[in-house]
Amino acid sequence: MGEEKGRGWTFGLVGLLTPVTLWLGLFFLVPLLFILAYSFGTSGVYGGITLGFNPGNYLKVFDPLYLEIIVRTFIIALINTFLCLALGYPLAYFIALKGGSWKNTLILLVMIPFWTSLLLRAYAWVVILSGNGIANRVLQFLHITDHPLTLIFTPQAVLMGMVYSYLPFMILPLYAALEKFDVRLKEAAQDLGASRWHTFWRITFPLSMPGVIAGSILVFIPSAGEFVIPNLLGGSRTVMTGNLIQQQFLQARDWAFGSALSMMLAGLLVGAIIFYVRKVGAEKLEGV
Amino acid sequence: MAREKSISRGDFLKVVGAAGMAGSTLSILACQPNTNPQQSGGGGGSGPEEKALNFYNWTGYVAKSTIPNFEKQTGIKVTQDYYTSNEELLAKLQAGGTGYDVIVPSDYMVGVMIKSEILEPLDMSKIPNFKNIGEDFKGLPYDPDNEYSVPYQWGTTGILYNKKEIGKLGESWDPMWDPEFKGKIGMLNDVRETTGAALYRLGYSVNTTDPDQLDEAEAALKEQKPLLRGYFDSYSGNRPLVLNGDLLLGHNFSGDAYDALSRDPDLDYVIPKPGATRWTDNMAIPKGAEHPDNAHKFINYILNAKVGAALDSYLYFNTPNEAALPMLPDALTKLPYYTLTPEVENRLQIIQDLGEVTRDYERRFTEVKSA
Repeated sequence: MGEEKGRGWTFGLVGLLTPVTLWLGLFFLVPLLFILAYSFGTSGVYGGITLGFNPGNYLKVFDPLYLEIIVRTFIIALINTFLCLALGYPLAYFIALKGGSWKNTLILLVMIPFWTSLLLRAYAWVVILSGNGIANRVLQFLHITDHPLTLIFTPQAVLMGMVYSYLPFMILPLYAALEKFDVRLKEAAQDLGASRWHTFWRITFPLSMPGVIAGSILVFIPSAGEFVIPNLLGGSRTVMTGNLIQQQFLQARDWAFGSALSMMLAGLLVGAIIFYVRKVGAEKLEGV
Repeated sequence: MAREKSISRGDFLKVVGAAGMAGSTLSILACQPNTNPQQSGGGGGSGPEEKALNFYNWTGYVAKSTIPNFEKQTGIKVTQDYYTSNEELLAKLQAGGTGYDVIVPSDYMVGVMIKSEILEPLDMSKIPNFKNIGEDFKGLPYDPDNEYSVPYQWGTTGILYNKKEIGKLGESWDPMWDPEFKGKIGMLNDVRETTGAALYRLGYSVNTTDPDQLDEAEAALKEQKPLLRGYFDSYSGNRPLVLNGDLLLGHNFSGDAYDALSRDPDLDYVIPKPGATRWTDNMAIPKGAEHPDNAHKFINYILNAKVGAALDSYLYFNTPNEAALPMLPDALTKLPYYTLTPEVENRLQIIQDLGEVTRDYERRFTEVKSA
């Protein structure tokens, strides 16, 4: 009886896991293996690729020009993650702990931008920030400036667009973590004489760490692969790794180098995340 | 050279295309590239063909009447699909099995495709209207005997600018390097065109492979970069930015510039000395096309004088169809540099594919953009 039950459970599990395994295997693992194979291939002059073992594509990544672009990409992604955390935490905290019966409505409002494609929203920013766009007209109407300001096609516009796009990815996991927070712990700490500042850093923040980690990863990874926003809001004056990869495939006809860049970026991201989770995870334990 | 005509659809597709890169990188890679896609796709068969045609074209690069009239005349149902860059078209064809019957590659890309052996030779006996094509547009260097391609539309690349704000410009690239217009200049986000502008200004060939000349061009572009608002597309970037006043000068394809001129009489277009680009888009049949007879019929239809004139009046580019010229409206032919004098024509150069050197150009342009 027990044996039969166990087997039935296993069949059920296999049945449930098969579709997702096939899905991920077919649409994630197989293409990834193709990219890996291509990254060691040799690009034909007129596109196409010859498979083989050519580590040259990876050596090319160490060209100072490309290294600089990769480093810049990581710096931009880090700044974006930090800004999202700094802006998102107070909001997630407010909704989770003070939202009361408005919680669900407020979280819904945070998610509203997801209802429209990121690209359309990026285009909206182009319209809003352009020389005779709404932002400049309001500033001039309020006599803050007497001539249109350069608001778009600047590095600041790129950063603003990225913070705008990725903020919800930070807020949602933070909210999920803070929502579970037991307010009595805070009360207990304060009863025992901890200041509010102390209570936050010793009790609330460490307990919300899973949300901080999840949010940071969710923001950092896509930021590092970003290429649409630098194009649309940055006027292509800022080159990120995503742009570089795109150029290899669609302009330089160098799929092998594009694949090597993709693998490098993926490897660096995995490394950065392992480092981050270990480091922050350890600090969290110390904190508690 | 993206020459979209419908802004909403054009921009949308372009952006979606860009956004899909992460995904489409995978899907491109998932297909084993094959420089000889299905030779046995029914191409060249003698039996009567199904009444269908798959037309793969630049986004919005036909007149409204072009396709419906062809369908009415022939009963052939046309299915359209769109791309926004020559490289996208090439990647699709190299992946194989596309089922496209007629494609519209630009000049240098025709050369690449011939070398990659992915084009079907044309049967000129089925394209009698080829006689309508002007002598200047027959036998261009990338396909000297028109064995694989016939011209579709052509145009130039020059400067669209606000004449009211900065006065009439001379025929020169210098304004694009003038600190007086700092922050009000937009160049094309196109490696060959923008590197080309620097090369032209220096008096070199747009197809140079001389590293010293390329060094000079790269230095010129780095000098120019602080003056630029950015690197943009022609139709969805520089054209509207000049129209709304964000830019005073935009590096533009002629048709997009003419579109702007037709909306705002304060604007003007100039083809600078000592050199500028003349480009041609061409119709060709990819190997493995399933409806080659219909494809020939379609190409012949496009080369009809009336159809050519309608196409041109709608797109604002130039037609290689000499028989169509008398039918063009004055509004079009009176546009600046629409009808070229021999003197202007002599300064125009055709961008050719440079093989390996393409990647050197690409690296240099990346260096400029990340400077």
